[in-house]
Amino acid sequence: MNDKTQHIVLKTEHLSIGYKTKKHETIIAANIAIELQKGELIGLVGANGIGKSTLLRTLTSVQKPLKGHVFINSKSVADYSPVELAKQMSLVLTEPIASKNLSIFELIALGRQPYTNWVGNLSEDDIVIINKAITQTNLEDLKHKKCFELSDGQLQKAMIARALAQDTDLIILDEPTTHLDMYHKAYILKLLQKLAKDTNKTILFSSHEIDLAIQLCDTMIVMTKENVVSNSPCNLISNGTFNTLFPKDLIAFDENTGNFRVKK
Amino acid sequence: MSNTSTYRFSFLVLVIVLLVCFFVNVSLGSVSIPTLEIFKSLIGDIDNESWQYIVQDYRLPKAFTAILVGSGLGISGLLMQTLFRNPLAGPFVLGISSGASLGVALVILGSGIFGGVFASLLISKWSVVIAASLGSFMVLLAVMIVSSRVRDTMAILIIGLMFGSITAAVVSVLSYFSSAEQLQQYIFWGFGSLGNLSWQELFIFFIIYSFGIVLSIASIKGLNTLLLGENYAKSLGLNLKQSRLVIIIATSLLAGTITAFAGPIAFIGLAIPHMTRQIFNTSNHKTLLPAVFLFGAIIMLICDSIAQLPTSDYTLPINAITSLIGAPVVIWLLLRKRKMMF
Repeated sequence: MNDKTQHIVLKTEHLSIGYKTKKHETIIAANIAIELQKGELIGLVGANGIGKSTLLRTLTSVQKPLKGHVFINSKSVADYSPVELAKQMSLVLTEPIASKNLSIFELIALGRQPYTNWVGNLSEDDIVIINKAITQTNLEDLKHKKCFELSDGQLQKAMIARALAQDTDLIILDEPTTHLDMYHKAYILKLLQKLAKDTNKTILFSSHEIDLAIQLCDTMIVMTKENVVSNSPCNLISNGTFNTLFPKDLIAFDENTGNFRVKK
Repeated sequence: MSNTSTYRFSFLVLVIVLLVCFFVNVSLGSVSIPTLEIFKSLIGDIDNESWQYIVQDYRLPKAFTAILVGSGLGISGLLMQTLFRNPLAGPFVLGISSGASLGVALVILGSGIFGGVFASLLISKWSVVIAASLGSFMVLLAVMIVSSRVRDTMAILIIGLMFGSITAAVVSVLSYFSSAEQLQQYIFWGFGSLGNLSWQELFIFFIIYSFGIVLSIASIKGLNTLLLGENYAKSLGLNLKQSRLVIIIATSLLAGTITAFAGPIAFIGLAIPHMTRQIFNTSNHKTLLPAVFLFGAIIMLICDSIAQLPTSDYTLPINAITSLIGAPVVIWLLLRKRKMMF
């Protein structure tokens, strides 16, 4: 896969993340170096409170880095206007949408907002892109249903379709599998894998489903207190990185099965 | 967003209903005038001069006022409900009516206390209108300064409520020191009134109202984006602070002028958007905005027709009628659908 290495969608340089108040800075992680390639599915894992959300917030320009830069398609995130950035990167967040009275089609159509005119009229091209997003996520039968009529799994698919309709090189999802049952967790992550391959988009998600991520991701970013490591799942296993994820008193990583086991 | 055309029929019906209501409203009043003569007076071809005067200088301006008030309050209610993602929000959540009340209270009630300066102004209609406008403008200014510093939209809601409490307290203090006659005058202002606006006043009302409507129309895209919530809206490239400011200014212009010219008219701003959502079954503001406009105007015309108790000499306070008619309708709609649309 040599051609892949030639196109880096997202890159960080000397990135330090954390919070700054007037008096002092709280550094959560320093010197983060991440490179996300085109068409890759990337899983971000780490224990609760380790700073996954802070990292995602910094990558998506919701909060400013303490030091360093985030580049998307070799341009610093800070240099993008809000609308330009919305054409580069789409988000799926953990928070529920404000109005559940939208139909699935309307919800997905809102993904075209960065491209539509002042009153939000959809062009024929917009409709084509929306329908493509609906097909890619198998939502054809549901597209006229209202959001409050959907299950959590269906709604998550609709949110992913909305991000697809935004037509960006990069899609970032914050814990897309929470609230879902085991089947739908696998279903959503499998869907993301397929979308990354079919559409050649870069898809980054944070998750606690480490075993599923190991099986499906091209690259994984592992956040621990000491550092942020990114590598292919196989290399991460053989390096023993997963053993550093959690405190060692309760669970241990089993290299043969690729998941965590409770200590007897 | 694609199904605007399917509502064409509903809109046509609403426009016809609006025209009918308008005509009925103009036809009814304490003096009964034959329907044919009403038609004639509308085109200015009538012999009876007093009928001509009643229709052209009293009933017509009142009917137009009703349309402006109903549509303006409905739209500002819709803007607030979407901005604050709260079905209980209405045009006055930002404390605009409280500001206006304070201004009016200062003129009516304060004239006794402060004497001199205010008393010489006399309590003419214009001084009430100016006081109400100044009052709502001061509150608007305060809310805008605060909202440019606050990141959380909910904080603006609470700050608006606080301004409301402060002004209500000042009004209480003023009331305590006022005479019964002044109190009565203030309470009558609080009942709201659509009548006694001259064409000239109506013209000024209409100009400010139009600015509010234009800003509302300009906010349609932003309002639709806000249906996803603020963080999603930002990720779609929406300039949140700017959109928020435009929405707040639009609401203030609409609710502020309406309160200044017609008094603090309750309920319509809260109820109309709910009725419209129930009937049109959509959250898309491209459909909702014109629908709320028509609905607001229709309901206000109906309420006013009832309030003037046709053929009697009495006119009920419009504020009482809007709630008496509106509240049961909203309850009925909610019971029928069993589902809150928002």
